[in-house]
Amino acid sequence: MTTKEALYNYVLRLADDNLILAQRLAEWCSCGPILEEDLAITNISLDLLGQAEDFYEYASELNGEKNVDELAFLRSEREYFNHLLVEQPNGDFACSMVRQMLFATYAKHLYEALLNSRDEKLVALATKGLKEVKYHFRHSSEWIIRFGKGTEESNVRTQNAINELWRYTDDLFEMNETDKVLITQSIGFSLKDIYPLWKAEISHVLDAANITIPELGNVITGGINGMHTEYLGHILAEMQFLQRAHPGAKW
Amino acid sequence: MENNNDQLPLWEVFIQKGGSPFKHEGSIHASDKNMALQNARDIYTRRGEGRLIWVVPSSSIAATTVEEEAEFFDPADDKIYRHPTFYKMPEGAKNI
Repeated sequence: MTTKEALYNYVLRLADDNLILAQRLAEWCSCGPILEEDLAITNISLDLLGQAEDFYEYASELNGEKNVDELAFLRSEREYFNHLLVEQPNGDFACSMVRQMLFATYAKHLYEALLNSRDEKLVALATKGLKEVKYHFRHSSEWIIRFGKGTEESNVRTQNAINELWRYTDDLFEMNETDKVLITQSIGFSLKDIYPLWKAEISHVLDAANITIPELGNVITGGINGMHTEYLGHILAEMQFLQRAHPGAKW
Repeated sequence: MENNNDQLPLWEVFIQKGGSPFKHEGSIHASDKNMALQNARDIYTRRGEGRLIWVVPSSSIAATTVEEEAEFFDPADDKIYRHPTFYKMPEGAKNI
């Protein structure tokens, strides 16, 4: 794998994470628990969509053949490199906020590491994204503390969410050939170094919320190699419908 | 504040744009200060308006009522000498 190929895969991974989570959060539009949260959650969705677009533009540049729309809407399930966590269903509001916190914390530390990348474009995109994911972390982590210390029901629902989603967190730190190539070029960084930072921050929030991290044997991984849970196909069916039915359609 | 629905308490939002004074923008619902600031940010500054936000619980605002309007404001109506219109403006002073 050449450095350029690895960089293309890596940028696609970043783009896919943002696009799929943006699509998931957009499902909350008009279904938020209160008007204010409805706007907040779709606002986060649009932040992520903006980041996805920037990463797809860079990927398109590296690829030289496919444009942004083709990358976003005309690949099949196995060609998406997003992590399993972001494709999981919204569940209740607590579940969506737990998913958001787990991912925002990951993105925050990843972007912070990428600020030191040898690839200038990645540095620029990480700088822009960092400001946004810091806010996403603040928003979601405060909800989790509020829920954890709220009523018995809100605590139980939040605990159920972490029990359900924790099995997908190891997947965030999986690495493959792509990472290996980029690490030797000082373009990417080892996720092994990011994991303790992520774990410490997550534990801090969950402790404050009286929520415990479950002990799980069966972790599920594979996202970065295109192996997904059953949910991604359904997301793509809905998300890609327009481009598939009307190829090249524009607003 | 009387809450006969399932909404969270009401907060008033003030935003400062550029160097101007804080201006009342509207209201939002939130259960605490942090949520109030975030909701205000998401609803009133999404298009880059504003540099600073204040939020105040609506229940903390003391306000005059319509019934009090006459005694509060009518006495000012017939006292034109309270307006500085009896002075000659110096030439060149445009923004006094």
